[in-house]
Amino acid sequence: MYQAILFLPLLGALIAGLFGRVLGPRPSELVTCAFMVVAAVLSWIAFSDIALAHEAATIKIPILHWLTSGDLDVTWSIRVDPLTAVMLVVVNTVSCLVHIYSIGYMHEDPHRPRFFAYLSLFTFAMLALVTSDTFLQMFFGWEGVGLMSYLLIGFWYEKPSANAAAMKAFIVNRVGDFGFALGIFGVFLVFRSLDFDTVFAAAKNVSGQQIHFLGGDFDTMTVLCLLLFMGAMGKSAQFLLHTWLPDAMEGPTPVSALIHAATMVTAGVFMVARLSPLFEQSQTALYYVTLIGATTAFFAATVGLVQNDIKRVIAYSTCSQLGYMFAALGVGAYGAGIFHLFTHAFFKALLFLGAGSVIHAMHHEQDMRKMGGLSGKIPWTWAMMLIGTLALTGLGIPGIGGLAGFYSKDAIVEATFAAHTPIGRYAYYLLIAAAFMTSFYSWRLMFMTFHGKTRADHDTYDHAHESPWVMLAPLVVLALGAVAAGALFHNFFIGEGYEEFWKAALFNGPDNHIRVDMEHSPVIVSWAPTLAMVGGFALSWYFYIANPALPEKIANLPVIHDIYLFLLNKWYFDQLYHYIFVRPAHWLGRMLWKKGDGAIIDGLGPDGLAATVGGLTRDIVKLQSGFVYQYAFVMLIGVTLIATVFALPAGYRLDVQDVLTHWFSKG
Amino acid sequence: MTIGLSSYLAVAAVLFTIGVIGIFLNRKNVIVILMSVELMLLAVNLNLVAFSAHLGDLTGQVFALIILTVAAAEAAIGLAILVTYYRNRGSIAVEDINMMKG
Repeated sequence: MYQAILFLPLLGALIAGLFGRVLGPRPSELVTCAFMVVAAVLSWIAFSDIALAHEAATIKIPILHWLTSGDLDVTWSIRVDPLTAVMLVVVNTVSCLVHIYSIGYMHEDPHRPRFFAYLSLFTFAMLALVTSDTFLQMFFGWEGVGLMSYLLIGFWYEKPSANAAAMKAFIVNRVGDFGFALGIFGVFLVFRSLDFDTVFAAAKNVSGQQIHFLGGDFDTMTVLCLLLFMGAMGKSAQFLLHTWLPDAMEGPTPVSALIHAATMVTAGVFMVARLSPLFEQSQTALYYVTLIGATTAFFAATVGLVQNDIKRVIAYSTCSQLGYMFAALGVGAYGAGIFHLFTHAFFKALLFLGAGSVIHAMHHEQDMRKMGGLSGKIPWTWAMMLIGTLALTGLGIPGIGGLAGFYSKDAIVEATFAAHTPIGRYAYYLLIAAAFMTSFYSWRLMFMTFHGKTRADHDTYDHAHESPWVMLAPLVVLALGAVAAGALFHNFFIGEGYEEFWKAALFNGPDNHIRVDMEHSPVIVSWAPTLAMVGGFALSWYFYIANPALPEKIANLPVIHDIYLFLLNKWYFDQLYHYIFVRPAHWLGRMLWKKGDGAIIDGLGPDGLAATVGGLTRDIVKLQSGFVYQYAFVMLIGVTLIATVFALPAGYRLDVQDVLTHWFSKG
Repeated sequence: MTIGLSSYLAVAAVLFTIGVIGIFLNRKNVIVILMSVELMLLAVNLNLVAFSAHLGDLTGQVFALIILTVAAAEAAIGLAILVTYYRNRGSIAVEDINMMKG
């Protein structure tokens, strides 16, 4: 069964990719979607088998012996434990729904077989990542999803902006992957094995050791974990390596929903949770995870406040929520982090697909300033987006219940407070602020898109129509998840059923009693996110329903205007990176091309040789003057020289007399 | 000083050298080349006759006569070529004869 889950998407991708042109678009769509539905159903069965069952079960299924090289012996195996099962459900469910949704969304696109092949291939790579049993396998999946992200962002490759965005995504990811690769090398150096079980078992023993790195001696586990976390920073678009995520919105909306909301960007979170035995050995590394996570949550929320493209608002929202997940992981609440990953997949995919529905209705218009008043025209989409927004902002009453985001987000906030460390407290305040801002910009999106008087031009507004059922059905399924997933599963992920559910999948060090501390949170901590959410809603309602002219007036005030521009330009990170990295890279490339390759290699090699030969011949040719008497004169000089050589005593050694007599007597 | 063999040889050498120089210092006239060739042949003749007289062997003088014959024939042909060349090219300036320039 597990082999089927892993390889059905690959099979679908191969069929659609290799034979798509022969089969045509409709069969490609149907084949890939059918395989994904089967895989999704099997994933839920696996989830109930592994995660909801009572006995401990980590299933390892060897597939093939990959490579042996010296000490390194890697076998490709499928590893399924509760953490894997959760990810399988997330990845396959969202991927299946995105496949179905794309049948409607990509309806007019001539390249549909390629699109569906890419979607399925991406799913395969992601599944390879989550079912991996060794670091090398995880790296394969890691790189695979990065590649597919590049191909999918640049799907409409005739658009230059899409190509640039795809390259940016891949290159920024690469920076993270470099750190990840160094981390894997370090793991092998220290543990002499890349197998998870071996490494996890030996992790405690390595705890106090030192490693020599970059000229200094540092704590081994800290160095390894920080390097591995660098990979997570790149893949999950955390602060400093986040610049690619907003630009990735150049890809089709289903791609944004699948890759940049639910699956690829969560690979980093999954990786840190999977490597919890390693991370628990290094408090410094966890400190940095929380620091980066909380900073990202705050930073992305501030930028999301002022964006005008509907997809970019949701993209920054994703970035921010990923920060939440890392903040949770960093304080040791791995269950809370993964729970937020689980719920976030549902409501963020819902929001993205809903936005896609809006874009579809508005005939590919994405600027919210040109929307408004759509709730009457596309009621189903409005209802779905409403559910998604309520789930994201965490509507609920502490102690009673609420939508999905309520359980997971509040758990994270309580965890950061319960950590009782300075960094935990830092994270706590930033996360509360981010919750307030999340609510504000989420409701801003709703109000600007669906309510008020429309700002769209008449043609577009009149033609706005509801999406076909093939696009609405996935929204409904995701909405169910967004509403119920929290209530149904919070017990397992973070509540009393924790040990039974997770069994050995998430490791907690001996000092980690965050779950116990979380239960004893003060009342204000439990209510803070809900209050922030209400405050954000109220302010957003005031700005965009009650007094729509106010935002612009405020944005134009003297100091506020600069802050507004600062946020609108994403804290000027793109410009900063362009100055620090892109321009020197271009300079270096040009230098190596023109001077290195052109002047030196070509100059000394082919071009230089050809020019030298040409020059030499031009000089030698001057000897051939055409004047016969000069030739005769040269011959005479030559004869004289020979005669001189033979006439001198030295020439006598040649025994000219004998030679000449010899010649003339032989006759 | 006595006029001996060496004097004759010296004169012949000088004549020969003048002939050689005459060939390649000349730029104006092809006839000068023919004259220089005659001069070289004459110098060799002088050498042969001088040795013949010195050694008392008639071979040298006989050979000199043969060389004279050859020189005459060759001069005739050379002049014939020159006339034909002039008829075709209209000039006998040596510096214009560089059609084989590469």
